[in-house]
Amino acid sequence: MTVNYYLWLIPAAPLLGALINGLLSYFYSKRERGPSEALVSFVGCVSPLFSFVVAAAVFLHLQGLDPSHRMLQQWLSHWIMAGTLKVDFSLWIDQLSMVMVLVVTGVGTIIHFYSIGYMHGDRGYARYFSYLNLFMFSMLTLVMGQNLPLLFVGWEGVGLCSYLLIGFWYRDIEKAAAGKKAFIVNRIGDFAFLLGMFLLFATTSRIGNPTLDVPMMRSMVEQHPDLFRPMATAACLLLFAGACGKSAQIPLYVWLPDAMAGPTPVSALIHAATMVTAGVYMVARMSFLYQLSPTAMAVVALVGAATAIFAASIGVCQRDIKKVLAYSTVSQLGYMFMGVGVGAYAAGIFHLTTHAFFKACLFLGAGSVIHGLGGEQDLLKMGGLRRSMKTTALTFLVAGLAISGVPPLAGFFSKDEILWGAFNASVGPAWFPPLLWGIGFVTAGVTAFYVFRAVLLAFFGGERLSPEAKAHAHESPAVMTVPLILLAAGSIVAGFMNVPGVLGGSGAFHHFLEPVFSGASAHSADAIGTGLETAGGAAGAADHGLERLFMVLSILAGVAGILIAYLLYIRRPEAPARIAAKARGLYNLVFHKYYVDEAYERAVVRPGYALSDRVFFRVVDAGIIEGVVNGVGTTVRLIGAAVRLVQTGVVRTYALFMLIGFLYVLYRLLW
Amino acid sequence: MGEITIHHYLYLSAILFFIGVYGVLFRRNLIVMFMSIELMLNAVNLSFITFARYSSTMDGHVIAFFVMALAAAEAGVGLAILVMVFRNRTTVQADDLTLMRD
Repeated sequence: MTVNYYLWLIPAAPLLGALINGLLSYFYSKRERGPSEALVSFVGCVSPLFSFVVAAAVFLHLQGLDPSHRMLQQWLSHWIMAGTLKVDFSLWIDQLSMVMVLVVTGVGTIIHFYSIGYMHGDRGYARYFSYLNLFMFSMLTLVMGQNLPLLFVGWEGVGLCSYLLIGFWYRDIEKAAAGKKAFIVNRIGDFAFLLGMFLLFATTSRIGNPTLDVPMMRSMVEQHPDLFRPMATAACLLLFAGACGKSAQIPLYVWLPDAMAGPTPVSALIHAATMVTAGVYMVARMSFLYQLSPTAMAVVALVGAATAIFAASIGVCQRDIKKVLAYSTVSQLGYMFMGVGVGAYAAGIFHLTTHAFFKACLFLGAGSVIHGLGGEQDLLKMGGLRRSMKTTALTFLVAGLAISGVPPLAGFFSKDEILWGAFNASVGPAWFPPLLWGIGFVTAGVTAFYVFRAVLLAFFGGERLSPEAKAHAHESPAVMTVPLILLAAGSIVAGFMNVPGVLGGSGAFHHFLEPVFSGASAHSADAIGTGLETAGGAAGAADHGLERLFMVLSILAGVAGILIAYLLYIRRPEAPARIAAKARGLYNLVFHKYYVDEAYERAVVRPGYALSDRVFFRVVDAGIIEGVVNGVGTTVRLIGAAVRLVQTGVVRTYALFMLIGFLYVLYRLLW
Repeated sequence: MGEITIHHYLYLSAILFFIGVYGVLFRRNLIVMFMSIELMLNAVNLSFITFARYSSTMDGHVIAFFVMALAAAEAGVGLAILVMVFRNRTTVQADDLTLMRD
């Protein structure tokens, strides 16, 4: 079979779509009206759909192969050839990138269709779809790139598209600034990522096989782990710093909540389902390297856990429905990092997949609400919307239940698996895994609470709508509700891909991904997470008992969160304000997001600004650079003024000079 | 009085040439400077003829004719310029014509 010859079609289709819509947008930019929306939507939606179909075909083909040989590669061309550095344009699909490609194209296509309704009538309609398709192309390059530089191209490409789409309504200065913030914060992480890449290249060069090719590096690491061990921690931490930027982890998470300035489908696609998960993907991709450094893994797990609880606590007090979801995304990404950090890579990727469904559904539901209310985003000015927006309310509720970990919805399986993996982790000191589990457990409860706070405030209880929003309130058109239904359905069934052994399932998702992390399984709780390898034997039975207990506990945490939200926001709607008044200091601290933005402003932005102004502008630019430039000018002018004295304008003087020159030539010739 | 040799011709040529140089350098009237240039050209012509005669070749004669033609053309153009200068500035004193400096 020659399926691998067609791999290029997957990223190429959205690129073509981006080009067509970009040109359309360009040629219509001077006209009063944009290009026909029907044409733009057709091009914009068919291209990711096409990618999805190709990806599905590739998946079917992959399923037919022997599990240990499930890898397709396509070499497209040479790219960089400089000295010993050789980088090619080559794509590959293995089980891990297959999962990512299916998530990106599948959820991506649904969101593209949703955008038809959401962006209807916007002057930048073609530009929007062009950016969105460009994003799909970059994201697919990221997950399909066979070497780190190509992955990095996609990495930067999605960053660019994120910037373009956050600042999509660039006439609003705040939105443009949010785009800039995202870009700059990401740049910090990218710098570390680049350094990590250089370090890896230096190491492979020293070993005598200079390469940045991922499968090749993997086999090198597996053959000579000791050669890589000394630099593994540094390289992993540098790469992880890059992941922190892209996937919004502490300390670089601050851009993601601001990124909600973009259109809501963008928040769903880029800032919830796909781009922000790139960091998790990258860590899983490089798992062979992370296995060598327990320190780096512990750092990843710790940062993930800290981010999970920290962001979740902020989510509790947010009033903007999109901000709640944004902090929820940061928190859930923390979960994923906790999973990959303890070596439960498949669990992390599984959570990534289920999260893509329910979080995209939540965001699109929020978008539907905002759309229906004519731009209202404040939760306190909603309420009772279930009557006017039945489908949206229902799908939002389903996704909310999924993220809260209520069985048998998707979030329950994936979240539980990460928690179980964390508890069984073999990183760090003995108290470390239970600590991780505890943080995850509390976060699960908090998550359920704030998600249901949003659900109840928006869709239940009494109406608090402003008069104009009330007049406007309506259910969104079918082109928006059908994607919601699809994603809600995904949130329900996605979990069944990976029913753990302890509940009588087969852990199919785990088995599919297993070969990718084969080097990891010895070290990690991955295999235990499915409960497969411990089946049989007394120890296995005990583990099963414990695992079931933990499941019940985490269900209880979720249900408790939901119940508290119900009590506070439906039974006693006046209670939250009273509690807030009682714990005013704490409430203010959380409401203002722990003043992290303000602290960064003081500690980084203003000193940076001062440094730029006082040193780089006044000294380096105005002093040194301008001094040199002006100095050259002044010198030339002075020389000119001196030489000018010779030019008297008197013919006889010139004749005298000629004579002197002539005599000199004569002198040199004769003597 | 001895026989006239090549040296006499060359000394004469040199004297004429430096009289021309003196004229160009120290006289202010453009017409006189012009005449001095003609004098220098003729001094050179004399050298060419002398060398041609004493080496029995024709090359020097040919060049002398070229120089004469060139001098004629130069005088034509130069005098035309002089006429125009005089019409515009009512002077042919070289020291007054310093527009190039200012």
